[in-house]
Amino acid sequence: MADPIIISASPHIHSARTSKKVMYDVLYALIPAFLVSIYVFGIRALILTSVAVISCIVFEYLIQKYLLKTEITITDGSALITGILLAFNLPSNLPIWMIIVGALIAIGVAKLSFGGLGYNIFNPALVGRVFLLVCFPVQMTSWPTAVENNWSLVDAVTGETTLGIIKEGLMYGETMSTISEKIPSAMELLIGITSGSVGEMSALALLLGGVFLIVRKVITWHIPATILVTMAVMTGIFWLVNPEQYASPLIHILSGGAILGAFYMATDLVTSPMTKKGMIIFAIGIAIITVVIRLFGAYPEGISFAILIMNAFVPLINKYFKPRRFGNQIKSKIV
Amino acid sequence: MLKTFPKGGIHPEENKITSSKAIKRMPVPKVVYVPIAQHIGIPAEIIVDRKDKVEIGQVIAKSGGFVSSNIHSPVAGTVTKLDMIVDSSGYKKQCIVIRTDQKNESNFEVPDFPLKKEISMDQKNILQHITDCGIVGLGGATFPSHVKLDLKNDNHVDCLIINGVECEPYLTADHRLMLEKADEIIVGIQILMHALHINEAIIGIENNKKDAIKVLKQAAQSDKRIKVAALQVKYPQGSEKQLIKAIIQREVPKGGLPMDVGVIVHNVGTIFAIYQAVQYDQPLIERVVTVTGKKIENASNFWVKIGTPIKDLVEEVGGLPEGTRKIVNGGPMMGKAIKNTDVPVTKGTSGILVISEDEASRQDPKNCIRCGQCVFVCPMGLEPHLLMNLSEKGMYEKASYEDIMTCIECGSCSYVCPSHRPLLDYIRFGKSIVKKINTTKN
Amino acid sequence: MSDSVLYSVFLLVSLGVIAAIVLYIVSKKFYVYENPLISEVDEILPAANCGGCGSPGCKAFADKLVNTEDISELFCPVGGNDVMKQVSEILGKEVAEKDPTVAVLLCQGGCEVRPKTTIYQGPRTCAISAMVYGGETDCQYGCLGDGDCVAVCDFDAMYMDENTGLPVIDTDKCTSCEACVKACPRDIIEMRPLNKRDLKIFVGCLNQDKAGIAKKACDVACIGCSKCEDICPKDAVIMTDTLAYIDPIACTLCRKCVEVCPTHSIIETNFPPKKVKKPKEEKPKREKVAVVKAKIESVNPKTDA
Repeated sequence: MADPIIISASPHIHSARTSKKVMYDVLYALIPAFLVSIYVFGIRALILTSVAVISCIVFEYLIQKYLLKTEITITDGSALITGILLAFNLPSNLPIWMIIVGALIAIGVAKLSFGGLGYNIFNPALVGRVFLLVCFPVQMTSWPTAVENNWSLVDAVTGETTLGIIKEGLMYGETMSTISEKIPSAMELLIGITSGSVGEMSALALLLGGVFLIVRKVITWHIPATILVTMAVMTGIFWLVNPEQYASPLIHILSGGAILGAFYMATDLVTSPMTKKGMIIFAIGIAIITVVIRLFGAYPEGISFAILIMNAFVPLINKYFKPRRFGNQIKSKIV
Repeated sequence: MLKTFPKGGIHPEENKITSSKAIKRMPVPKVVYVPIAQHIGIPAEIIVDRKDKVEIGQVIAKSGGFVSSNIHSPVAGTVTKLDMIVDSSGYKKQCIVIRTDQKNESNFEVPDFPLKKEISMDQKNILQHITDCGIVGLGGATFPSHVKLDLKNDNHVDCLIINGVECEPYLTADHRLMLEKADEIIVGIQILMHALHINEAIIGIENNKKDAIKVLKQAAQSDKRIKVAALQVKYPQGSEKQLIKAIIQREVPKGGLPMDVGVIVHNVGTIFAIYQAVQYDQPLIERVVTVTGKKIENASNFWVKIGTPIKDLVEEVGGLPEGTRKIVNGGPMMGKAIKNTDVPVTKGTSGILVISEDEASRQDPKNCIRCGQCVFVCPMGLEPHLLMNLSEKGMYEKASYEDIMTCIECGSCSYVCPSHRPLLDYIRFGKSIVKKINTTKN
Repeated sequence: MSDSVLYSVFLLVSLGVIAAIVLYIVSKKFYVYENPLISEVDEILPAANCGGCGSPGCKAFADKLVNTEDISELFCPVGGNDVMKQVSEILGKEVAEKDPTVAVLLCQGGCEVRPKTTIYQGPRTCAISAMVYGGETDCQYGCLGDGDCVAVCDFDAMYMDENTGLPVIDTDKCTSCEACVKACPRDIIEMRPLNKRDLKIFVGCLNQDKAGIAKKACDVACIGCSKCEDICPKDAVIMTDTLAYIDPIACTLCRKCVEVCPTHSIIETNFPPKKVKKPKEEKPKREKVAVVKAKIESVNPKTDA
């Protein structure tokens, strides 16, 4: 007996794009950066990322099955991406148990307690990172130095990130000319021989991945381009006024989590605005807050906080920056 | 850079399988089921009885009011019953059932009307002919044409746009009509321009029909007032508001009509029907229908008499293939899925599409991931995810404030949603409730 | 005790006293006068906030009852006649007395008797699936089975039967608020009078198609044969061309129509099973004579000489 005829409302065809495919595209985009970080941090980076991913998936499964008793959605790829992005925000010598705590907070508190995928307000990976930063400040700020061709399990030396060196130097009254001898050059920052979290390494690899995402239409250029341009403009103004007190815009864009944040964290589909106008406002806000924290705040790097603060504004941005309705500007004769 | 509408739109696979198949003539059906509600507005009133004998083109149901249309018999035969037959909405509607007289020669004559270029009628006569011959919009909306052309005293219409876009995948009826009847269409346009005192006409055609663009450009050479505009291939380019914006950059105001910006839009099929009505007094009793599908053996385009059961069309192309899961009356984006093939062809049927297993099934909907794709593709600048949420939760007033009534139901949002959410289903539901609330208020 | 403890205790106590004084002043200054009758009436209303009375909640209904002169049109279906009587005593106004009613589903076309001929894909709510097509079966008048009525019932009086795919109404819990009647897009649920022991007789079909088509779509469809109309002693059956309807007010629950319906379309609920009378055995006359003869012989056996 033939299968019965199906009835449904129109449309009767569907685009081949699914949310799973979108998630896997993000995964492919992160691979170059991941490879660079293994190259400079060794096996430890691999272990860190695997632990983060596995604990995210396991926690999502356990909480959905036993606590919330809802449908289990670990196969949709979102827990995987959260795990990878969380790992990319942490120093590679973090103790394993802290990573697990971070994963629990990211998945349990920032994602599932709001209702699961699509309902969370804050970027889960960033919530996990900021929680760990506030609870374990020492371990979270002892960055291992990048050593080329590092295949050892043990991290040898810890040191400061570029931004850390700049901030500390300025606090002690040094000028930029003396500081710039201690920090990597722009070229080194681009390729990735610097100190920092697992994902912050190679600006080049991250840019490659970002361009891949834009070409595949997973994200649009609005948020990343606006964040980087606004940051460059703001830091550029300060640098032009007093080049001894402020680092150049190039250094600012290439160091820290700027590129990672602009392309991968701020563009998270669930927590970013839905209209182009809204995205630009969102990105400008992130850039301003990041620069303010970097130049005048206590922390050397501010993009995680900036993104989380602007995440809270997204529902408001969505409410007020609506797309232009067709036919809205002219009053109709027919009421 | 080809013109197109600036916001939104999608690019589904075109699948114009039948674009090279010349229009064939369907054999005359044995029985025709002619519904009396084939157009927007008041259904026509039946003026024949059981056992009456009718001729081809005889009026069997008269227009029921201003926004209504005459219905003519597509065959010569006997009225067997006035019955309630299931139509493509799934519910029973009043139909006139006529059995074809197999012995009557007029049923089997192939109409052959040589091209007639001279326009001898005046404005009033032209409009009267269009009204009498039951012409309605053949693009799918079936709005009675004489109502659209009734400009009354407010005649600031300065442009006539002809919709030859056919943006829906799979459908090729308009394409073939433009290729085969280009000269007649040009005369039809001239008739309308003469009747409405309009000096400019533009035919909009999508760029995937390059041969039709060439043929029509050639046919319109002699008349400088008629131009052909090639448009970018994007769905829903054929929606009249988007078409007007693309061709002459005028935006129809919210809740308004094309007349508000000085434009009248007609489908090429309607223009051809108007040509036949005015030059040869031919009522609307047949139309071009595309019967297609990836697994159909002899997919093609046909001249079909109104009231032919779809069963006959399906048989003509080799029957329903194995693994058929959906039969769609219309195109895949806006057509209606039907259950059995007893449903008759009406004035608004532009195609029959047969879909098999892999494409037919919907996937289970998941949570909205707030990707904003639906907002990006909506050509009317709406937010489908928000409208679906409001309709689901019963917040109809807020939905009305968010302009749910301007939705053209093109289906781009549901097409593109990565979580397979039934956006258009809920928006349609919300619209029906808001309409009900508005009519009870007034 | 150290000074700091003393100071803390003193500070907190004084804060508490100040707060109490402020609250007291505010509650007196911004006091809103409300007619005390409203709270009295609200106390006896069932507090279900179902909207069956037409007002948005019991407090609003109490307000309406107190402030309207003539309340004979107003009725609380959940509280019923008892509550309305108490309201009338409190307010001293006349109230209506209504017979209790119960919701009844006028379709019994479950999965077994009304086979599905297509699959519907889309949102599973009756309001939307009614718009899309005639339904998954060949009967376009029957229950869609997507449960809008069950979802809207505030009193937990309805649930979906998994075997038949139809909603079931629990008469004990039904409060006649009519939410399900309004929710059904095909108007299949009707309010019928509640009889003692919940006896009901109704035609479980709304199919207006001709006999052949109706019966093909559903085994227990009403085919419009009129046998029920003919046999009803009280003229309680109203017939259209193709469908029967039993008027609950004229019906005396005699069950004659139930027996005679050829498709078992008429449903009776909560009646005791009918006693099946054994047919009288007609013994043929000759046999009777033989039996009598045998009896006489047994009493007076014939003696052979």
